[in-house]
Amino acid sequence: MLTPQGLRQRSNLLQAIRLFFLQRAYIEVDTPLRLPVLIPEANLIPFASEECFLQTSPELCMKRLLARGCTQIFQICHCFRKEEHGRLHQSEFTMLEWYRKGWNYFDLMEECEQLVAFLTSRAADVATAMEGEHLCWRESRVSMALPWHRLTVAAAFERYAGVDVHETLEQGTFDEVLVTAVEPHLGKDRPVFLHDYPVVLGSLARRSPTNPGVAERFELYVAGIELANGFSELVDPEEQRQRFNQEVDAIRAQGRDAAMPEKFLADLPLLGETAGIALGVDRLCMLLLGRDTLTPAIIFEEL
Amino acid sequence: MFTASDLRKGLKIQIDGEPYIVTEFDFSKPGKGQALYRTKMRNMITGVQFTQTYRSNDKFDRPNLEERNMQFLYAQDEEYHFMDTVSFEQIFLTKEQLGDNLSFLIDNMEVQVLFFGDRPIDITLPTFVNLEVTVADPWAKGDTSGSDTKPVTVQTGFQLQVPPFVEQGDRIQIDTRTGAYITRVKE
Repeated sequence: MLTPQGLRQRSNLLQAIRLFFLQRAYIEVDTPLRLPVLIPEANLIPFASEECFLQTSPELCMKRLLARGCTQIFQICHCFRKEEHGRLHQSEFTMLEWYRKGWNYFDLMEECEQLVAFLTSRAADVATAMEGEHLCWRESRVSMALPWHRLTVAAAFERYAGVDVHETLEQGTFDEVLVTAVEPHLGKDRPVFLHDYPVVLGSLARRSPTNPGVAERFELYVAGIELANGFSELVDPEEQRQRFNQEVDAIRAQGRDAAMPEKFLADLPLLGETAGIALGVDRLCMLLLGRDTLTPAIIFEEL
Repeated sequence: MFTASDLRKGLKIQIDGEPYIVTEFDFSKPGKGQALYRTKMRNMITGVQFTQTYRSNDKFDRPNLEERNMQFLYAQDEEYHFMDTVSFEQIFLTKEQLGDNLSFLIDNMEVQVLFFGDRPIDITLPTFVNLEVTVADPWAKGDTSGSDTKPVTVQTGFQLQVPPFVEQGDRIQIDTRTGAYITRVKE
């Protein structure tokens, strides 16, 4: 990947992403990587950096910019998560994150489709793995024609694993069933948005007004790979504090500690209805270029 | 102690008092979910394979494994006796434990014996061994009709393909990892 040609391809992808958002009047922002306090998330382990932490995502800073009057912002930045190494994970990786005020999660699914469609339409320089309307990655041949599928988490668990999603939560097997039985089927013939997660799995997502058991959260899957995670943002500071308290308890149970992001909570009421999404740029790059692995940073690991 | 985040292919861990080697490994972590360490392992004593998914808080003991230089002395009643080249201590492994290593093992060969505690469980042969060819068809000089290789048998009974010029009584070097012919050895 770190050949001049590979770097050119990745550069083309980044330029195309920026072009898409700038044409839609988004502001590109650039927030600090080192933060004194993070959003408490039990399943993310941050790296310490002197008296600060390296960000695990730019969510906290970007929402605070929305509170200061921004209505449409995007960012391409590095995020850091300890103990994540694998076929689809690197402890330092590139994230694209964007927010839009006045929108909900279904609006954002549409924009996400349009972004990826814009990128796949540029087969010559950005999406070299495209053959006609199909993305060819490993043995997968995925039709990228719009619109993509939408499937609730409950329906996916029923269809692919034959189990009730609530039972898996009670038994503590949700993640395992998702990874082993459900994910391999997702986005095989066409990308799919898996949506409406149990509330406990959407700490920062708004509770559905029509179905209070679920949070308005979605994940995009292409060829079995989780590519993006978005939601209608939870902007009620009291409910957010309760959810954070649960996360902090879980973090303490692991023998770590986490502080409450008070300034973030104080800013939340200023957001109003907002939707936000984070997309893994390295995975997107791997898929659009038909590469087998996430290689962009590998050579540097050897230095 | 190892934690789940130490797991990777080739790592040796102890479970229920027995040593295991990780043969396949996959890290997965669904968005906002827990890290899952999907692991396939082989019991280093019985050879039995099994798969298991671990979580971040799972811990494993480090097996007490040690390799010692030993010399192969003799075989008797399917027991293969080795001697520590420093302490002269003698131990044996069974035919079953040695498995395919027997294709290349000859008297006086120095090998690495793997111990789990006091118990010998496996050996590692030298990467290259020199063995004598005991059965080979003669090479008809100028024979241009034949193939590039021919089968021969070496002193351990192991059969392999070699170039046609190798003859009975020659010594040849073999790669013990693949069983492939490397070269004819002049001694």
